[in-house]
This record gives sequence, C-alpha cells and structure tokens, in this order.
Amino acid sequence: MAENIDTRFKHLRSRTPQNTTKGLAPDQQSVDLEPLTESEPAGKRGFSRRSFLSGLGAAGVLAGAAPLANATPVLEPASQDQADTAGTGSVTLRINGKDYTLHNLDPRATLLDTLRERIHLTGTKKGCDHGQCGACTVHVNGRRVNSCLSFSVMHEGDEITTIEGVGQPGNLHAMQAAFVEHDGYQCGYCTSGQIMSAVALLKEPIGPSDEDIKHAMSGNICRCGAYTNIVAAVRQVRSRA
Amino acid sequence: METFSYVKVPTIDKALGSASQAKFIAGGTTLVDLMKLSVEKPKTLIDINLLPLDKIEKLPDGGLRIGAMVRNSDLAWNADVKESYAVLSEAILSGASPQLRNMATTGGNLLQRTRCAYFREPSAGMPGGYGCNKRTPGTGCAALEGFNRTHAILGTSEHCIATHPSDMCVAMAALEAVIHVEGPKGKRTIAFADFHKLPGATPNIENALEPGELITYVDLPKPVEGAKSTYLKLRDRASYEFALSSAAVVARVESGHIRYIRVALGGVGTKPWRSHEAEAALMGKPANATTFKAAAEAAFAKAKPHKDNAFKVELAKRCLVRSLKTAAA
Repeated sequence: MAENIDTRFKHLRSRTPQNTTKGLAPDQQSVDLEPLTESEPAGKRGFSRRSFLSGLGAAGVLAGAAPLANATPVLEPASQDQADTAGTGSVTLRINGKDYTLHNLDPRATLLDTLRERIHLTGTKKGCDHGQCGACTVHVNGRRVNSCLSFSVMHEGDEITTIEGVGQPGNLHAMQAAFVEHDGYQCGYCTSGQIMSAVALLKEPIGPSDEDIKHAMSGNICRCGAYTNIVAAVRQVRSRA
Repeated sequence: METFSYVKVPTIDKALGSASQAKFIAGGTTLVDLMKLSVEKPKTLIDINLLPLDKIEKLPDGGLRIGAMVRNSDLAWNADVKESYAVLSEAILSGASPQLRNMATTGGNLLQRTRCAYFREPSAGMPGGYGCNKRTPGTGCAALEGFNRTHAILGTSEHCIATHPSDMCVAMAALEAVIHVEGPKGKRTIAFADFHKLPGATPNIENALEPGELITYVDLPKPVEGAKSTYLKLRDRASYEFALSSAAVVARVESGHIRYIRVALGGVGTKPWRSHEAEAALMGKPANATTFKAAAEAAFAKAKPHKDNAFKVELAKRCLVRSLKTAAA
C-alpha cells in the first residue's frame, strides 16, 4: 500500500522547486497533475482514493461515510432502498459530451449526487448541499448552476459540463493552469467549483475590475481563504481572452 | 427528503391539469433547498421548465412583459430592463449568487420563502420542535423570544415576524408590477401590492395564489418619463447575503421638487414593503436632505423592533435617505 500511496502523491512532487529547473512559466499548461484515479481498469490497479474510502465506509470504520458506500455503478440495478421509492424509469443525461443512461433513478437524486455516486465523476464536490457554498458548481447548457439544488430527472436533454469536461491533466483549461500558477487553493476542496465559476464568468457581461471578479465569484466560498490568488488567476485569464 | 412523483409538462394546460398536492418546480433554488429541510413535502412535482414563458417582450402600451420562466440573470441583464427599470436590474444583481441567479426564475422569486432560521429548522412546528405558525398554525413563534436579529420590524404580528427575503420583489413593488396567473378557474391579474400577504393570524398563507394557480407573466408598467431609479442593499457582507435593509426608489425631480415618487423597502418587512408614508412625505417637496430625513422618519414611525433587531430601525432610515439622494439628486 505504501507504494500506491507514494504514486498517488507524485503530482505533488512535480510542483516542488527541486523538480523544476525554474518557477512555473506564466502560461505553463504542462504541469504534471496526475489523476488520483487512474484510467487503468480498476481490477488491474485495484486501488484508488475513492475505492479506498468506499472500502472503509463499507467496513464501518468511517461511520459517516454512508454516501460513499452507497455508490451504485451506472447501468446496474438500483439498490434496495432505491427500488422502494417511486422510480422514474430510465433517464439519459449528457455529460461532457457523453450520454449516460441511468436506470431506476430516484427522483430525489440531485444532479450533484448523480454525478458523484452513479456516474463517479467525483471532481464535483459536495459542500453545504444547500446552494450556499458553490463547491458543486457545474455548467448546464453553458451556464453555471449549483448542482445540489437541481434534480437529475429535470436534466434530460441538457448539456452538462463538469470539471472533468473542462480540462484534463496534460490538457488543462487556461483557467485550471492559471489556478495552478497562482496557487488559487490550499486544501483544494472548493477548487473545481471555483474553476467552473471562473470559466463561466468569462462569458458573462460583468465589468473589468477586480471588484467585478470578486462579486462574480462570491457564490464560491473558500474556507482556506485563497481568494486573493483566485482573483489573480481569473484576472490573468480574462486579460488574455 | 420524502419521495415524490415527477412529471414534466410541455404546455400550460397540461401543467394546470395535473394532480392535487402538487407543486410546480422551475429553478428549484428555494423548493429543493426546503425539501431537503423537510419544510416542503410535495407529493408530486410538476416540472414547468418546458413552458414557453421564458421571453421578455415589450407591450403595446410601452410596458414590459416578463415570462414567469425568465431566469433572474437574463432579467437583470436585459437591455430594456437595464435602460428603463434600473432598480430591478440592480435589485436582482444584489441578490444570491451568479449560479443561483442562472437557475432562479421570475415566478419562483415571487414565491421565495423566508430565511427565518426557526422556520427552516426541519422539526419546526412539530412536537418537540421550535414553534412556527408558518409551518404549523397554532404552534407559536420561536423567533418572538428567540434570536431575531434578521427579523422584520414592519408588518409583523404576534404570530410571525419572519422577513420577506426577496430583492427582486422590492423593486417590483416600487415599479407597481402586475402579476398574471392562470388556474383551474381561468386567468386573472393581481396587483403587486395585493400578491404578498401580511402574516396576521395566518402566517402560513403567504400570497394570493389559489390552489393550482400558476404564475405566467409579470407586467411592468410603462417607464415613468424622466424618472431615475435605484436599489441600495445593506447587509453583513458585500455580496451573497440577504438584506438587513434595502430601499428601492423611483423618483422624478423637476425644478428641485419631487414630482413622482415610489418607495419600497426590503429586509425590514414581512412582505416587500411599499412605503406610502415615505411617498406622502416626499411628494411635491423640495428634493433635499431635510425632506429625505422626514420621509425616513415617516417610513419607520410604526416600526416594531424586537430584542435583537432594534438596530434595523436606524439602519433602514439611513438606507432610505441614501437611496433618495441617489435617485433624486
């Protein structure tokens, strides 16, 4: 396990000074951010942060990890508690350009929970679950929304974009690269929501000042207080747009 | 969250013909939130997002017709709204966050429910929970003796002191909007001032909608020629927070005298608060600091503060004076 964990944190080493000959170039997009879950088949690798946590949850070690343990794979029959509720038949959601057909989707499932628990796109985060923190921000038909305040069944036919659809390691969106360059995070939990908001505001009719950026980003809370660096990242991308 | 059945309807007729105990869902920003808190427990949700009510159109008489499904951001950024109804654009942009404004609709915002923490408590109005006459009539009001810093000082009753949270509605009160609804008994219009209800002895009844009625449009009257309008909102932080006090003003000043005036206040009332008292103190008077101060005194002469919100009386007066200076300068 030690070896696996070491691999998982390789992306952090790539950001340390001794690993780079100089500081990050302003528009560097080749930052070696390795995905935390590898693209290799799960059976082959057999370990990811998510499966690790889910395993803990199932074993009852993490008492509060029930949502993780309940993860239901796409296309598989619903679990017992879902089968007991009023099902809605199949719903097809278009996410990051791909169609996902979900069987027996509970009408109570929010878009956020569906993304994370059914489709396993875990880049979108659950913070407050009440539209107050912005961690769950995704784009629906090109506009940013709080995925925690929307039921999945309402999104058939919509074009949904999550952080995974904005950019990937090796092919970062300019906003992702700017967040890396300006250190626009500390713990990183709010970051995907921050970036989804920041990407969306590039197309919104807001004013040019830092004050305008702050207002436009005010729906995304950062408990670490990386706001100054977030504004710097957004300012840079806007100035180059 | 309790489960519900879900229907998506393509037409207004289909929406109206759907089941009883149903609620319409549009943006969901209030309803989903309150369903998670067990405040709302609809048996059926009727999704009205496909209804053709998402346009903003000019009316032949010079007014503006806003479809109930127009999103708050689209309304705030609409060129006609920014040009002729600045107070509405400013009010909407001062509320919530960009994400929420992209979701929230015009009709939904009219039905926004209070942020009273006792009302939002999942077990409020139930045995062992906080008293809340809005949740369950007859269970009392925990806010009366509780922490009531954000609560209302105008329009309260001994049964409820919950503040109406909307910014959009305050601007619409000042603009004298008209609400169009359609229901099982047909179509009708409701003047904005008659739409929201004072709590009185029935705080559970918040508006004039009959069961099964759907909001279809909001009409704004023709812009007042030569008038300026503004919205000022004061709150605990600069953005993304509900008002402690706000003021919407539409004013026309000629030769230094106020010839047209509409005043509505937010963050202080149990409904979007049109202040006829302030208007009476302003109409025809010289547009100066003395008049503005007198109007603010008149607006809050009947204010009834509670334990933690006495500060709102002075704050709200200053808020109104500042807005009047902006609009009538």
